[in-house]
Amino acid sequence: MKHLLARLMLVAAFALPAHAVDVDEVPLDDPAKEAEARDLMKEVRCLVCQNQSIEDSDADLARDLRVIIRERMAAGDDTDQVKAYLVERYGDWVLLKPPVAGRTLILWGSPVLILLLVAAGLLLRRRAAPPPPLSAEEEAKLKALLEAAEADEKEPRG
Amino acid sequence: MRGPWVFLPLAAFVALVALMGAMLLGDRNPAEVDSALVGRAAPTLTLYALEPGGEPLVPADLRRGVPVIVNFFASWCVPCRAEHESLMALAGEHKVQIIGIAYKDKPAAARAFLEELGNPYDKVVLDESGRAGIEWGVSGVPETFVIDGDGMVRYRHWGPVVGDALETRLLPAVEAAR
Repeated sequence: MKHLLARLMLVAAFALPAHAVDVDEVPLDDPAKEAEARDLMKEVRCLVCQNQSIEDSDADLARDLRVIIRERMAAGDDTDQVKAYLVERYGDWVLLKPPVAGRTLILWGSPVLILLLVAAGLLLRRRAAPPPPLSAEEEAKLKALLEAAEADEKEPRG
Repeated sequence: MRGPWVFLPLAAFVALVALMGAMLLGDRNPAEVDSALVGRAAPTLTLYALEPGGEPLVPADLRRGVPVIVNFFASWCVPCRAEHESLMALAGEHKVQIIGIAYKDKPAAARAFLEELGNPYDKVVLDESGRAGIEWGVSGVPETFVIDGDGMVRYRHWGPVVGDALETRLLPAVEAAR
């Protein structure tokens, strides 16, 4: 028990956030640019693990891509230019958030389309012809039922 | 409003099941991503030869007037070992020129790999840093590209050329590039 605190401290010492950005990767000198590069890394898909960003991934290729992003940004490219560089080689898939463009119209448009279809369906239902009026026989039946219900309510409950 | 509309949800459901079934049962690998390079000019990089003193890969190598295959491989890559037989057949029986790019490999290890399994390549060059791989949009080895006589990428085979992939995919792509 007396070592508990020491043990906890030991655990805390090793419980640093797991981060894939390697120690041998040199951050950019300009902190603002480094922050921009880091933001971009979060948007770039690791092509080996596919559902991770290269910022998260330990894969070799992810590391290479991080190095390239920093290199290009140090050379004066802005994030759009770096993105274009990556898309040229790996296609739109390399971006975790695909761009809005003609070829991605179905992807981005489908939620709107479904919403419109549902709205149209609901409107059509509303506009459907009202039910035909009750016949004399049905009116009489309804009246009898309502009266019976009223009489029922007036009676004291036992 | 009633009538045939009642069957709309059922029809939509059947269509969805058919679509999913086709995607699931078809000859399709969901991990495979289309290459952005197909239909464009192959990257023109100069890469050093694997053999000391050997000829480097130069842009003219990809514009030979006949289709050329570019194959990214590595000695550490197990699927590359599996597809090696197909590459030997491609170079031997089918007389197709293949350029090998040793991806992130040590020269000695790559040489030992080719000594052990045979060398199907017309020219073997080194990409130790993996930079050439990135230029070609490679996400892992092996990847194989069919380049036509004018240096345009016509087909990319993702993963090893095993099973009937040589007959059903690679060779038809080479024929189409002629």
